Amino acid sequence: MSTTVIPYTTEIRPDTGVNNVKLGIWLFLASEIMLFGSLFAGYILLRTGNPEFGAGSGALSVPMATLNTVVLITSSVTMVLAWAAAMEQNFAKFRLYMGCTVMAGAVFLVVKGFEYSAKFEHHLYPSHSTFMAIYFTFTGLHALHVIVGMGYNAYLWIPGSKMFHSNPQQFANRVEASGLFWHFVDLVWIFLFPILYLLPDAAS
Amino acid sequence: MGESHAHHEKPGLLASWFSVDHKVIGIQYAVTALLFLFFGFTLMMLMRWQLAFPGEALPFGGLLGDSRMPGGIMLPEFYNQLGAMHGTIMVFLGVVPLAVGGFGNFVVPLQIGAPDMAFPRLNMMSYHLYFWGGVVMLSSFFVPGGSAQSGWTSYPPLSNIAGSGQTWWVFGMLFLIMSSLLGAINFIVTIVQLRAPGMTFWRLPFFVWAQFVTSFLLLLAFPAMQAAGVMQLMDRLAGTSFFMPEGLIVSGQAIANTGGGSPILWQHLFWFLAHPEVYVLILPALGIVGEVVANNTRKPLYGYKALVYSVLFVGFMSFIVWAHHMFITGMGTMMSAFFQTTTMIISIPSVVILTCLLLSLWGASIRFNTAMMFALAFIPMFGIGGLTGLPLGLASSDIHLHDTYYVIGHFHYVVAPGTIFALFAGVYYWYPKATGRYLSEKLGRIHFWPSLIFINGIFFPMLIQGLHGVQRRLFDGGQIYAHAQEVLHLNKVMSFSAWGLAIAQIPFIINFFMSLKGGAKAPDNAWQATTLEWLAPSPPPHGNFATVPTVYHGPYEYSVPGMEEDFLPQYVAGNVSSEA
Repeated sequence: MSTTVIPYTTEIRPDTGVNNVKLGIWLFLASEIMLFGSLFAGYILLRTGNPEFGAGSGALSVPMATLNTVVLITSSVTMVLAWAAAMEQNFAKFRLYMGCTVMAGAVFLVVKGFEYSAKFEHHLYPSHSTFMAIYFTFTGLHALHVIVGMGYNAYLWIPGSKMFHSNPQQFANRVEASGLFWHFVDLVWIFLFPILYLLPDAAS
Repeated sequence: MGESHAHHEKPGLLASWFSVDHKVIGIQYAVTALLFLFFGFTLMMLMRWQLAFPGEALPFGGLLGDSRMPGGIMLPEFYNQLGAMHGTIMVFLGVVPLAVGGFGNFVVPLQIGAPDMAFPRLNMMSYHLYFWGGVVMLSSFFVPGGSAQSGWTSYPPLSNIAGSGQTWWVFGMLFLIMSSLLGAINFIVTIVQLRAPGMTFWRLPFFVWAQFVTSFLLLLAFPAMQAAGVMQLMDRLAGTSFFMPEGLIVSGQAIANTGGGSPILWQHLFWFLAHPEVYVLILPALGIVGEVVANNTRKPLYGYKALVYSVLFVGFMSFIVWAHHMFITGMGTMMSAFFQTTTMIISIPSVVILTCLLLSLWGASIRFNTAMMFALAFIPMFGIGGLTGLPLGLASSDIHLHDTYYVIGHFHYVVAPGTIFALFAGVYYWYPKATGRYLSEKLGRIHFWPSLIFINGIFFPMLIQGLHGVQRRLFDGGQIYAHAQEVLHLNKVMSFSAWGLAIAQIPFIINFFMSLKGGAKAPDNAWQATTLEWLAPSPPPHGNFATVPTVYHGPYEYSVPGMEEDFLPQYVAGNVSSEA
């Protein structure tokens, strides 16, 4: 199969100052902001419009969520370190930090799984109340993003890392794009934590 | 992979299906979308039978099955399915994929002098997501209870308590949204990054500008619908109450749910998508008309910069007008005042665009080919569509007109003789580039004139019926209402016009397929045009240009004084006084 060479996939276009991948990932994040922004708008409308909105919010575990917040922020730091290692051409360091990032994502999901099963044990399903509906929708969609980000990081970590030596610049660009997405997923959690776990019931 | 030598042998069917070439993908989009357009049109023709002859048996209609048309007599549920799916298919599977996926994909990389889209494999994925979204939508006709039947707007609580076809609708929409988002990213990156040397933003053809703004609308408006779709899925599958009010009673039965949700939330999220979506439907059409008008008037497009600024402004404003669809939800006079003001403001750049196109005709020696006929017809048709929208944008008159046939007439004037005529103009204009042959002009005229007459026969009476207060979505076309009696006879006029319009498409279909082999051979620059796509061979090979073209001036240097020929292509150096 013949392929066409697309300019500026790796190198920066001088007059725009970016390469294609970087512009693409930022545009994708813009649409992601609109997605979560729409859910936040829904949250505000439903919360202000319903005095019984908060039913069940006391059942959420703040310590577990705090642990997850720490885990995610740590993973963002290791993500940056992994990118820096890719830029410095230090393969051992890249492997280490990327591994930490992937593992942190896994820890987050395991903790989230424990939280979910604790809710189900108390018969707190999405249908229980508007709060529980929005809790499961928000965190479920966020967890889906964690899985996607973790999956791509895992690909770069082991099977995709062949490119580390064959095309270091393109590989570093990929790590950077993946990192931008990972930071965004982290940032969404920073918003979810206070509005779901820390804000008191609307009724009280 | 990795090598870049071009093969010229014909690729196999499977290789074409998974092609990453923007032109192949563009043609895939265009052909699929045309099929969906004809399918959506067929659904409407069935509805028109019921409206013209309510309760009468359609010959052979019984073949559709007892759950739809027992003995050829249409069931109300089936009528509702046809209505919902007609709207969904025409907008999301027909017009947008043809305008953006089809023309955008095929033309934009060529017009900016790029070898392909920025992310060719992502481009392929967009098409396949669109295709499977369409398959999911069509499959929903065969699930128990039939397809979605709560209108293309799918307002809850009705859509929440509807049968399983609605779930398929939401899944189909999520596919289409993903497809549009990936496509939008691809277009923006392509336009920003892959412009040929010398192709500055102010030298971009108007069509590229239109696609650029359209892509931003898709990128930023569709996620709201994505969120709403996820919430509706939760409501339907997990028993949540995002859109369900408390104490809802349906057919005497209390619905078991916790309540506390808001049906209005859906309307806000839906229209936050669906109003920019209106501009997604119209901007590429304006772009096509701009190209065809400039080429066939043989002079520069009047007010190129005004056109571009207007398109940018329309794009921005389209995000803050959505609630003019919701004046009767009781959202209060303050909100109504805000949204009717923004709506009046957005009409200004729209009028500027239309005026520029109209003034471009002034003093021109116009070539009346079929592409130009469709483009010329677009201008007054879109004008009617736009002007009839003003009374709907003002809260006080909208209260009377809301949900009447007037609304249907209004937006169909924008989209059908508006956008779809522009798309036909595009097909006639770029067909020689895609195939190397012209479409027949004679069959083109036989396609154009009856289409223009019949399409007005369908939509103008709707405005009259609407002003008499006839409601939309009525299964019997308004038979039981006293106020509708005066205008009921128009139902037959509209139905016969619709079937006439279908017959008028036959010459187009014949033309489309016959000209592939039998059309007159077209040179690379088939219309003596100035933009870059005409530099590439017809049809262009994989990679488009033999060498990267250099751009020397603006897109519409027609009839440059002192030149022998009446056009100066962007890729030819030359002295131009009107340099931007």
